[in-house]
Amino acid sequence: MLVPLSWLLEYVKLPEPVDAGEIARTLTGIGLEIEGIDRVGHEITSVVIAEVLGIEELTGFKKPIRYCRVSTGGPDAERQVICGATNFSVGDRVPLALPGATLPGGFEIGMSKRYGRVSDGMICSTDELGLGGDHSGIWVLPADAPLGADFAAYAGLRDVVFDVNVTPDKGHALSIRGVARELSIAYGVPFTDPADAGLPDWIDADGESYPASIADPTACDRFVLREVTGIDPDRPTPLPMLVRLVRAGMRSVSLAVDITNYLMLELGQPLHAFDRSTLTGPIVVRRAAPGERLETLDHVLRDLDPDDICITDSSGPISLAGTMGGLATEISGASTDLVIEAAHFSAPGIARTSRRHRLPSEASARFERGVDYELPLRASARAVAMLAELGGGTALPGRTLAAAPIEPATVTMRADHPDRVAGTSYGAATVIRRLTEVGCEVRADAGTLTVTPPSWRPDLTDPNDLAEEVIRFEGYERIGIAMPRTVAGRGRTAAQRLRSRVGRALAGAGFTEVIGDPFGAPEDLDRLGLADGDDRRRAVTLANPIRDSEPLLRTTLLPGLFKAMARNAGRGFADLALFEIGNVARNRPRMPVAPILPVDRGPDEHEVESLAAALPDQPRLIAAVLTGAREPAGWWQQGQPPRPADFRDAIEAARTVLDASGLRYQVRSGRPAPWHPGRCAEFVLTDDGGQVVLGHAGELHPRVIKAFRMAARTCAMELDLSLIERAAAALGPVQAPAISRHPVATQDVALLVGADVPAAEVEAALVAGAAAAGSVAQLEDVRLFDVYTGEQVGPGRKSLAYTLRFRAMDRTLTDEEVGAARDAAVAEAARLTGAVLRGS
Amino acid sequence: MSAPNNSYDPVRVAALAPDEVDRMTAEALAAIAAAADFDELKQARLAHQGGRAPITLASAEIGALPPEARAEAGRRISAAKRAIAEALTARQADLEAERDRRVLIDEVADVTLPWNRYPAGARHPVTTLAERISDVFIGMGYEIAEGPEVEAEWYDFDALNFPPDHPAREMQDSFWIGRPDGAGRSGLVLRTHTSPVQVRSMLTRPLPLYVVSPGKCFRTDELDATHSPVFHQIEGLAVDEGLTMADLRGAISTFVAAMFGEGLRTRLRPDFFPFTEPSADVSMECHVCRGASTEPGAPPCRVCRSQGWIEIGGCGMVNPRVLIACGIDPDRYSGFAFGMGIERTLMIRHGVTDIRDTLEGDVRFTAAFGVEA
Ligand SMILES: [Zn+2]
Repeated sequence: MLVPLSWLLEYVKLPEPVDAGEIARTLTGIGLEIEGIDRVGHEITSVVIAEVLGIEELTGFKKPIRYCRVSTGGPDAERQVICGATNFSVGDRVPLALPGATLPGGFEIGMSKRYGRVSDGMICSTDELGLGGDHSGIWVLPADAPLGADFAAYAGLRDVVFDVNVTPDKGHALSIRGVARELSIAYGVPFTDPADAGLPDWIDADGESYPASIADPTACDRFVLREVTGIDPDRPTPLPMLVRLVRAGMRSVSLAVDITNYLMLELGQPLHAFDRSTLTGPIVVRRAAPGERLETLDHVLRDLDPDDICITDSSGPISLAGTMGGLATEISGASTDLVIEAAHFSAPGIARTSRRHRLPSEASARFERGVDYELPLRASARAVAMLAELGGGTALPGRTLAAAPIEPATVTMRADHPDRVAGTSYGAATVIRRLTEVGCEVRADAGTLTVTPPSWRPDLTDPNDLAEEVIRFEGYERIGIAMPRTVAGRGRTAAQRLRSRVGRALAGAGFTEVIGDPFGAPEDLDRLGLADGDDRRRAVTLANPIRDSEPLLRTTLLPGLFKAMARNAGRGFADLALFEIGNVARNRPRMPVAPILPVDRGPDEHEVESLAAALPDQPRLIAAVLTGAREPAGWWQQGQPPRPADFRDAIEAARTVLDASGLRYQVRSGRPAPWHPGRCAEFVLTDDGGQVVLGHAGELHPRVIKAFRMAARTCAMELDLSLIERAAAALGPVQAPAISRHPVATQDVALLVGADVPAAEVEAALVAGAAAAGSVAQLEDVRLFDVYTGEQVGPGRKSLAYTLRFRAMDRTLTDEEVGAARDAAVAEAARLTGAVLRGS
Repeated sequence: MSAPNNSYDPVRVAALAPDEVDRMTAEALAAIAAAADFDELKQARLAHQGGRAPITLASAEIGALPPEARAEAGRRISAAKRAIAEALTARQADLEAERDRRVLIDEVADVTLPWNRYPAGARHPVTTLAERISDVFIGMGYEIAEGPEVEAEWYDFDALNFPPDHPAREMQDSFWIGRPDGAGRSGLVLRTHTSPVQVRSMLTRPLPLYVVSPGKCFRTDELDATHSPVFHQIEGLAVDEGLTMADLRGAISTFVAAMFGEGLRTRLRPDFFPFTEPSADVSMECHVCRGASTEPGAPPCRVCRSQGWIEIGGCGMVNPRVLIACGIDPDRYSGFAFGMGIERTLMIRHGVTDIRDTLEGDVRFTAAFGVEA
């Protein structure tokens, strides 16, 4: 909200000299954050009030041009100026910028020759003086404007405007009245309530005005109508009012509209003016009936919702309460008899209506934050009195008041509650004084305060609200700093530690972490080649996505990584290894709607479950992509190309993650999308419940690579980190191995197997065979040191060469013992995989 | 001299004559000294120390001397052998030293040649900064709490005292989740802040409760240099008996000291959040200029824009209505909460100027942070 300082000073007596910067700091310090201080009008110099003495119409130009003789009063005060506007006459008083004058925006006026005449200054419009409005018209001043006087001072153009960021709880501060009151409390200086100012003596006069009633007291509990007749719609808005409206960020429309806006800004009470002649029958405040429509001021015909609060007459809805008036009853340039409405509507009701129709307005902003329910009688009286006075009409003294009872809420709290919240000692006297200053009625009784907040503070409902009033006016700087308490925390969970560990492991392996786009396009799922029943097709949809083309939440991290890869490639980085740890979301079958639980008590177990049941699956995944060279190019390659990343690097990345988890897992070949069916490793965890697939790694399917326009042979891996975290959390602490101090015995074996036999199975068989033999010769390590295919082994076969390391716990092994253990290992490999010992 | 011996053989004994022994010794020492490499030294060793060396042959003749002459001749031969052995050892050492010297010179390499055969990876600074901040609070005894990103409205708003039709709900522009069948409301939202984790913590953890919750949040802001529809927050929550705003300030001051340096003042100013009452925004003294940039004529400070203070987050005392919605007795317990943006902290602490850098995945950006922010 824009707040001119001059307006505030009308109601707060601040000590001189007034320092705008200090006022801003003070207001910010009590919770009215000043986001900007605009020192307006101070640049205006040498603009004075002049009278038009004569007008010479120049001809022969594209538009009418006047050469005017003007005087600023006194001898030798006549000048001749060129003017392109025609809305003034001889005898009018106008603002005149003299040669050497400066106008808003630093625009300087000099003596100039235009249209063949010497122009000795410029007659100004409101726009040229920084008040906006119609540029084509000269600002014609009242006849009593003093000739020769400094115009900026006369019109009050020099001011300081504060931009106040009013938080949603402080509806009262959406008015000069509210800000002035806060300022007076902060400075401890007197405050004059504008709600008491300018009231006509007939304010309480009896007698009905235009008939009205409230049909739905949950929609409205105060509704006041007053009438004024015979106003002259062409009367201008008085200069000071106009300047204030503009400084507060509003546009001048017409006297009647300006008055209602002015009072809304000053008091915080939105007002609405109806053209009396357009009303038919008594007014009723009610919710809309099904099927009712209303054409609002913005010429939009709106279907009303049965929850909408509307003002109706016998013709039906004529206004959307507190939001926007109807077109049919709008006041026009011909309206002379007005009915002024001032009401107190349901805050949530107005919030819903304005939201439903996307009609945020100055009025709705105030109603939804809460308006002083004692204002309608006063604000309407002042409006009618001002319209009568300034518009030359007659105020009808009576008023219509439809009202539902309002019970002022009271809050009971311990007198030391603010002390206990702040950790500071204010004392009961200070607490009572501050609350009283805010406008509360406070009754103290044996350490307990019964507090009745004022009608303008509907936000004060709880003891903590009252504590905040005390604390903020006493100053947040009074709050001390206590040493943190000693708390028994258990550190990170196993899952949290694992997550850092795998991140560091992948970074150590040369992968760079990215935060991928969490949103996705349905087409991405097609590009991945996912089958219809694939889990990753069960994407959660946003009702209001940022981009309509990306309405889904991601179900896999891969497309986001592809995007990051493409972006890096576009910036000249072709060799990439990226990874991400992030959540995805997948709908579950038959998900119920999440209920809105009560908030006046904690939910029971069943209610918590009902919320959990409504949420989609949200596993945490870890994924990586590789493209280009795995190792950077360097001089050591002696002209050879650097080694490209391939599926084995992707598989190794997955192994890096799994090894960091400490889990024992199996690897086998897999065939799911989006991987190359012959170059995809599947990682499997075997536990009591059977086998769980943890994820996949390998080269991407050529079609996927093409669909995402990636470099050939791009590789990727994706694992379910939630599953890994859960399984790893069940592992106990690492148990130390028994270290034998006896000599090692190594045996190399070369095994011939079918070309399609996975090496992992051969190795597993060797390990199992050695273990099953129960020999003292324990197989300490198996290392595959050669894989050979070719002539020497024949077609369809391959040779796998292993080094087996045997050792005994208690002695040096004999050759016979080692040989027997080796034979047992090989025999099991032969049995399970058809391996044949080569060279035997 | 002793009396002549009958078996005396003048030819054979000539080798043991002092002159002859001196000559053999001198010859040996000269050969050893002249050995230019290990081969020549080996030859010299064979010639002057081996079984056929003159001195060796001479020592075999000692028995031929009359008994009274043997002792002296033996001493003479021994001294000669010792001199030869010492000379050999010394020369060996000299040659070895010379060889080592030469080898070390020959093997000089350019140690500035790059050997970066393995690519360098990095963790994202949002990840590592969240860990770093968490560590500060873990040090104070807090634990890390987590929650889902697709969240029930009740957790994200209602339980946090955002009334259904209150303008406070408009403070956070939400992504709403559609029903899988496309019809009607789902009651779900992409969490707009990490505060729903506070609610979940209060519902599931025993009291007293001290947690921090880092995580991803979503609001319908268009992406620009300072806004993003996806961002990260970290929030702290303490619920205990007798907690006050002074405790809140203590926690925040400890955090500021750990992350930005000792001795920086903090400042609270009133603000509004539905889930805290009273609420405040938190600023800290600028860690770069420490307020000096606000002095007249001082050089400007880019970090605090010469304000002297930097806003780092929001905080407040947990609104008792939130405690009630979580089944906690507000007459017995009070709480405080604070929150900050991780991207914002990156901007303050690490000079990030464009939030898009954190989201684009440019490897140059992330690489600069290594594995710890
Ligand atoms: Zn600074």
